[in-house]
Amino acid sequence: MAEVTLPILEMRNLGKIYAQGGRAIEALRGANLTVRKGEFICLIGASGCGKSTLLRLAAGFEQATTGDNLMWGAPITGPGPSRGMVFQDYGLFPWLDVRANIGFGPKSRGRSKSEIRDLVDRFIGLVGLQEFADVYPHQLSGGMKQRVAIARVLANDAEMLLMDEPFGALDAMTRERLQDELVEIWSRTGLTVLFVTHAIEEAIFLADRVVIMSPGPGRIEREYQIDLPRPRDIASREFNEWRRLLAAQLHSHHGRKAG
Amino acid sequence: MKTGWSRLRSLLLALAFPLVLLAIWHITTVGRPGSLIPPPAEVWLELRDLAFGGIYDDAYSRTLHIHLLASVSRVYGGFALALLVALPLGMLIGRVALVRQLIDPTIQLLRPVPVTAWLPLAMIIFGLGPRSAFFLVFLGAFYPILVNTIFGVRSVEPRLFEAAAMLGCRGSAQFFRVVLPAALPSIFTGMRLGLGFAWVVIVVGEMTGVQTGLGAIIMEARQLSRTEIVICGMIVIGITGFLSDQLVMLIGRRLLAWSPSHG
Repeated sequence: MAEVTLPILEMRNLGKIYAQGGRAIEALRGANLTVRKGEFICLIGASGCGKSTLLRLAAGFEQATTGDNLMWGAPITGPGPSRGMVFQDYGLFPWLDVRANIGFGPKSRGRSKSEIRDLVDRFIGLVGLQEFADVYPHQLSGGMKQRVAIARVLANDAEMLLMDEPFGALDAMTRERLQDELVEIWSRTGLTVLFVTHAIEEAIFLADRVVIMSPGPGRIEREYQIDLPRPRDIASREFNEWRRLLAAQLHSHHGRKAG
Repeated sequence: MKTGWSRLRSLLLALAFPLVLLAIWHITTVGRPGSLIPPPAEVWLELRDLAFGGIYDDAYSRTLHIHLLASVSRVYGGFALALLVALPLGMLIGRVALVRQLIDPTIQLLRPVPVTAWLPLAMIIFGLGPRSAFFLVFLGAFYPILVNTIFGVRSVEPRLFEAAAMLGCRGSAQFFRVVLPAALPSIFTGMRLGLGFAWVVIVVGEMTGVQTGLGAIIMEARQLSRTEIVICGMIVIGITGFLSDQLVMLIGRRLLAWSPSHG
């Protein structure tokens, strides 16, 4: 028998049209994307290119207007724990402390108290927030909040991590630390990551594969396999070549889009 | 200690203004037999007589606790009933479109009608006596609780629903694990305002011909030109209302420690 493994995520000819004030807005057209288990994919493009729409379709927050949106071959009909979303604005529950935020998912799914405690202990340790277990979100820095957001989807057995410009609101130092930590977590856990960004360097640093998207209407332009060895050195010549290539690719669309 | 000093300082500042008012009151009224407003010392004497007796020994001596208890029970009783009705109703109006379309316009129309305007109708419907007072207090507390509950359950950040859904919390579970806790600060503000209004309308409520209550003695003393008793009633309402608000704030601080604007 031929070795056929299903992709964890498969989007075929995916399109999304929103109705806004009586007008139809085409956010995404004909997107094809296949993600294998364990891959780290970055979606990059200018605003309005549909990268967030694509991520929200994968999450199940939106339903596609056309095309197939499949996880392990089955249609995605709504949000669920297998696809954990990390929002740019964190989306933590302000009335729960760090511990209860991380335990929210397991509790929703009816895990026992001792199971929840073990899970929370494990993932609070993974993101290094043991000392902040009893602290409420408003007392945390942005970087810490995003660590909690990552821990809470991991504690909930997410197979796929969907990240919508998760580090976009953080300062440069914190951002780099979290990028390192994310790669570390990813390589240890075998997670699949779909990561939206508008920063070229971030995409090259993180991704196995960079998917370039362009606006008007939002669509997938092309894909690049980033073959740089990890850990990646952002100062290396090869890294810079990638940076130049992707920058040229992205900017060419800006030029073409005019009008 | 710095915090000790700054506390003392704010206490002194808070006391300075009423002391100045007290001094003005004293200067303008003392030694004038024709004054319709009694001087502070006379009011103080009356307050002690109301509370403990032994000074004038008239019909009002040692009756303060009876009136205070009557008013407190009406305020908290009316407030509790308002909570019981306004909380579930507010949640329904806030979350269920059909209920909102059915009830909200009527409530918006009734809301501007002042509680005092309800007085005659309340007396016809509920008769003279404590039931009318109870109803008016209920009405005073009802709207702030209702309006803030509706606001609270409607203004939950959409992001939190998405976060809950992708973590596996969907449908009606979201109401208890997302909507309620998120609305708690607003609901709490409504409760605080509602209790405040309950104290405001208690005097009006007790104008409905009840025999006891702080509002009742204020109205009665007015007819007897016992202005010192009127002022005593005002002072007791002020202090009790203040303490009652402090109690609510204390509960709120414990319950809402997570909220940057309350904790």
